[in-house]
Amino acid sequence: MSTVNNTTLLTHEAPKHIRFLRAVKKHKLHLLMIVLPILQFIIFKWGPLYGVQLAFKNFKILKGIEGSPWVGFAQFERLLTSYDFGQVFSNTLILAVLNFVFGFPAPILLALMLNELRGTKFKRVTQTISYLPHFVSWVILTGIFMDVLSPSRGPVAAIFKAFGATPIYFLGDPRYFRGTLVVTNIWKGIGWGSIVYLAALGSVNEELYDAANVDGCGRWKRIWHVTLPGITPTVTIMMIMAVGNLVDDNFDQIFNLLNPAVYSVGDVLGTYIYREGVTNMNYSYSTAVELFRNVLSLILVVFANTVSKRVNEYGLW
Amino acid sequence: MTAIAKKEKAPKANNRIYESKGEPIFQAVLVIIFILMSITFIYPYLHVLVNSFEDPDFASASGFRFFPTKPTADAYIHMFNTDYLWSGYWNTIKVCFLGWALSISGVVLAAYPLSKKDLPMRGLFTFIIVTTMFVSGGMIPTFLLVNNTLKLGNTYWAILLPSCISVSHVVIARNFFMGLPAELEEAATIDGANSWQILWKVMLPLSTPVLATISLWVVVSNWNAYFNCLLYITDSSKYVLQVVLRRIILTDSAEMTRADDTIASTLNTDTTTLRAASIMLATVPILCVYPFVQKHFAKGMLMGSLKG
Repeated sequence: MSTVNNTTLLTHEAPKHIRFLRAVKKHKLHLLMIVLPILQFIIFKWGPLYGVQLAFKNFKILKGIEGSPWVGFAQFERLLTSYDFGQVFSNTLILAVLNFVFGFPAPILLALMLNELRGTKFKRVTQTISYLPHFVSWVILTGIFMDVLSPSRGPVAAIFKAFGATPIYFLGDPRYFRGTLVVTNIWKGIGWGSIVYLAALGSVNEELYDAANVDGCGRWKRIWHVTLPGITPTVTIMMIMAVGNLVDDNFDQIFNLLNPAVYSVGDVLGTYIYREGVTNMNYSYSTAVELFRNVLSLILVVFANTVSKRVNEYGLW
Repeated sequence: MTAIAKKEKAPKANNRIYESKGEPIFQAVLVIIFILMSITFIYPYLHVLVNSFEDPDFASASGFRFFPTKPTADAYIHMFNTDYLWSGYWNTIKVCFLGWALSISGVVLAAYPLSKKDLPMRGLFTFIIVTTMFVSGGMIPTFLLVNNTLKLGNTYWAILLPSCISVSHVVIARNFFMGLPAELEEAATIDGANSWQILWKVMLPLSTPVLATISLWVVVSNWNAYFNCLLYITDSSKYVLQVVLRRIILTDSAEMTRADDTIASTLNTDTTTLRAASIMLATVPILCVYPFVQKHFAKGMLMGSLKG
């Protein structure tokens, strides 16, 4: 604290550029430290923005990014008229809504249930087990689900058979593939997602619970009037982030679980961008699709932040 | 320490739960739900474990399995005799270690200067770093930059450099540094230490908890990463474990497309056990380390969310 005060005292009267130079001199080693990280961000995160112009060009490999001819909005016209894109975009939106409606409340529900649980040791063991899938990659989980959800030899199929139902081909039947994606996504993320809500629940003022008790509140009233309002700020921030990620689909999950039998319902923007760009080498078109998605995503983040600030004064920035 | 923690916790627990007649039943229902949930989290691994030790002729047996019908380690022996599994392992270890070194030094070198409130151009640096959370060039522009412009294709630098510093890790470390008492640095400055020495001898030893957590995250994400390798590495002897696994797992993806995979599974029983064995070989390291480190993960997750 006092170093800050000293410098402000010393540099109080000096003109702006002199103050700046003094600060540079004082912090020369700090500036030296940050050079490499900043370069990393400029080269690998800002650098690719130069290539976004491909979305308005027709990329020719031999001519490179600069040499390729401008085509205006031709790539976007193709995008809007393409049957594939329409299907992919609606798949993305449907999956986003399903994931949001079922996937977003799931960890909150788990946290609330854990919060009502008494045995601390049992609680800790349950939590530890529920975090586990978070650390296993979708590549491995795909291998596991292929066995577990298999209609001919999986345990899930055995349950269906036990109840006299026909086993469902979860990974290959277009009718059930979206449901499989949503459920496996919840399965992987519910435990890890609940951590942040459990922390919020732990910081709810104890006196409010006492007051609710004195007022004769039952469990549900207590949850509704004390617990839920207590975690609203956390829920809001998590919701802004979730809305911002709506169109970013769970690429790792879908990329690994997707197979041609379920393209009609499971092909999303991420996998489409990959296929058009990397497999079919339509660099310009792929870049245009991704630009469209990124702009939409940015709009969603800003929108969610604005709404949440207006409604309850919490925001990301 | 533990005694104090217990004392604090005990009255909390009493205050929290208000007796009612239905309470024991409610608790019992919760316990049953949680046990069922835990089974869904654990059983899939058990199923694959059993399959990996199963004789190929019995691997297509349907239903829940807790013991192999005819135990054999053939699948493991077969996997041990393949080159790609070992090269995958070794490559992943290399990527994990290099990636860890790059990430942790990058995060510290960015976070420590940014923790100085009077750092010149601090706002600009923060803008350059934080904006990348919301704005990105995309898959193809990044690929062209890394592969064509920088010519990093088919090297591990292509996997490591583009994503070695995570913005959220920088924010977490910066907040941690800002929370350390300024008097420590002043004392070191008076003793004649420069910024490097302060960072190395004062700040880093004090920030082992946060750096350990970030290290764990980085190592796990590098262990599980496959996409950059898929994109940039063309030489199959350089494939990391996850890409090798992806090949093994999705080899018979034709099987996935068949509506009724009974025929396919009888034809390919061998791949079922091989797949299971390779899944276990890749997961066991995580499963072994996991119980000991998961607490730190959870703690770190909160550091990020509360202050970030």
